[in-house]
Amino acid sequence: MTHLARAVVWCAAALIAMPGVASAQQRTLDSVKQRGQLVCGVNVGLAGFSAQDDKGVWTGLDADYCRAIAAAVLGDGNKVRYVATTTKERFTALQSRELDVLARNTTWTLQRDSAQGLSFIGVNYYDGQGFIVKKSANVKSAKELAGATVCVQSGTTTELNLADFFRSNKLEYKTLVFEKSDEALKAYQADRCDSYTTDVSGLYSVRLQMAKPADHVVLPDIISKEPLGPAVRQDDGQWFTIVKWVHFALLNAEEAGVTKANVDQMLNSQVPDVRRLLGKEGDFGKGLGLDNDWAYRIIKHVGNYGEIFDRHVGPDSRLNIPRGRNALYTQGGLHYAPPIR
Amino acid sequence: MAGSAITPARPPGAPGGPIAWLRANLFSSWSNALLTLLALWLIYQAVTAAVGWAFLHATWEGPDGDACTREGAGACWPFVADWFGQFMYGRYPEAQRGRVNLVYVLALAGLLPLMIPQVPGKLWSSIYLIAVFPVLATILLSGGVLGLEHVPTDFWGGLLVTLVISSSGIAAAFPLGILLALGRRSRMPIVRWLSVGFIEFVRGVPLITVLFMASVMLPLFIPERWSIDKLLRALIMVALFSAAYLAEVIRGGLQAIPRGQFEAADALGLTYAQKMGLIILPQALKLVIPGIVNSFISLFKDTSLVLIIGIFDLLGMVQSGLSAPKWLSPATPMTGYVFAGLVFWIFCFGISRYSHFLERRLAAGGQRTVAKADEH
Repeated sequence: MTHLARAVVWCAAALIAMPGVASAQQRTLDSVKQRGQLVCGVNVGLAGFSAQDDKGVWTGLDADYCRAIAAAVLGDGNKVRYVATTTKERFTALQSRELDVLARNTTWTLQRDSAQGLSFIGVNYYDGQGFIVKKSANVKSAKELAGATVCVQSGTTTELNLADFFRSNKLEYKTLVFEKSDEALKAYQADRCDSYTTDVSGLYSVRLQMAKPADHVVLPDIISKEPLGPAVRQDDGQWFTIVKWVHFALLNAEEAGVTKANVDQMLNSQVPDVRRLLGKEGDFGKGLGLDNDWAYRIIKHVGNYGEIFDRHVGPDSRLNIPRGRNALYTQGGLHYAPPIR
Repeated sequence: MAGSAITPARPPGAPGGPIAWLRANLFSSWSNALLTLLALWLIYQAVTAAVGWAFLHATWEGPDGDACTREGAGACWPFVADWFGQFMYGRYPEAQRGRVNLVYVLALAGLLPLMIPQVPGKLWSSIYLIAVFPVLATILLSGGVLGLEHVPTDFWGGLLVTLVISSSGIAAAFPLGILLALGRRSRMPIVRWLSVGFIEFVRGVPLITVLFMASVMLPLFIPERWSIDKLLRALIMVALFSAAYLAEVIRGGLQAIPRGQFEAADALGLTYAQKMGLIILPQALKLVIPGIVNSFISLFKDTSLVLIIGIFDLLGMVQSGLSAPKWLSPATPMTGYVFAGLVFWIFCFGISRYSHFLERRLAAGGQRTVAKADEH
């Protein structure tokens, strides 16, 4: 073997070994602490979930989850670097360790949980496909849409869900299929169809783009499951647990009535659940690799889940989405967090 | 036989005045009159619609999108006013935006002397622009030294990013394009093959694919600590991409130079560098100014493709404003896109006018030589 050939082989070997070197890296928690910053992948812009405001501050439900994690891990919710990721690059960015967490309205599916090397930490927003109709049509439920024409975007699961829904309810319907959602929406506005369908969170922002938002209603029926949640890499169990419990802390705080405003008074509370949540009893934070004030800092910085919801998508926002499925289980919703004990 | 010569009559004077002009140019026949009326009607429709949208029915004040939500609402200008800082600078910290303005001033200080023929000091301005300004601009924009606060490139956005990508793209692509064009015509086989290979590869791939590769694939191949800044990746890709296109434009110019020019230069005993630098390139580049400017303008507009890799250029920032819930309204999207289009148009039109000026100036020299040759 000549020297040149040997050199080439060595270089090739080094190149092949490099990903191996990269995967034997330090744990996410350590690198976040070392960096002093959480790198959080968010949507480029989605009303209510993550969007920059006119001051350049990232706001929204997902953006506040980034803040909550940073508050728990680094003690300061502002130590977040937001990376705007597109639909196509989001998973690669997480896998290639450019991100610590992906909080980007991503639907939790089996395929993503298994084949993509991701672990979803839970559901921070229960979304699903719904319908918007004109108020004048006087329709109260999607089941009354028999014979209606529905505008829908082509080539998405939205179209398939629509077909499934009408078939399983044995209803006649017509669809007008459009390449782009904008076109479908225009057709709905031009009265070419009776209803427009997409995910409910999207319908509320669509409604704000109508000339008379009050003339349109979003029907209560939800015909598909789109559980959105933050995800982390599969290879780091400790980090997975931390992010998961940040989510649970937000829910538990709402259930226990701990808010951003009263969290300091709550430190003196005698209620056992509150004392355990805020680190007055037990060593629960230490178990996570954090300190016992972790949940206190989260609430202090972003408030509980209900406050985040109200602020960005609920009544305090222009979207004004009702809690519905996103209420706590105690109020007829689906959010249920395991206890801190 | 006439006794005296007839005094020649004055030729009938061409009828003057606006009415005559109208008859000659707009209503010379029935069909032309009809077309004129049709065109006038179309212009009237378009202008009234545009004025109505932009001024008469526009919203001028308001706290959020509700102000622009009504039937027949025109432009939603308070949205643009509210987001103006974001459109121009992105998330660049407000307190530090003076640094960006200073960079603009420094750039103009170097560019104006170069662009205006009457101003002296061309050599020094070129040296300043090539060697000093890029360093100054990097230090000022990025910071982290000399007591300047470090502003990571994630915070850059809006028009700032558009200008950074396009100007550094142009600055890097131009010399690279010349080298590639010369390389493609070189007699040295390896240089020629490399140039041909690069040009043909790049021209065969859409810019969007190249940007995607840079942002999605590259991080998988290289270890975390070697990761290159996302904006820098985009910068390099845009520059390489336009270099390949520019090389072909310049090669067109090189081919238009008669063989005699090459032979004359060789006969004078000039070196390759002298021949190209003093004789061939000045003529070739002058010939292809429209093509070069075309490439620059399309590069300027292509910068908005970086949106798909999560970099917020002007258009990206506008779209980001459109997705924020505060200003959601039926009138907002149109307003945002019109604003972005207007800014792009101002820049592209400026570049285009300047190139016309340059062409006329350089062509004037050419015309004089032709006229002299005719006298012989």
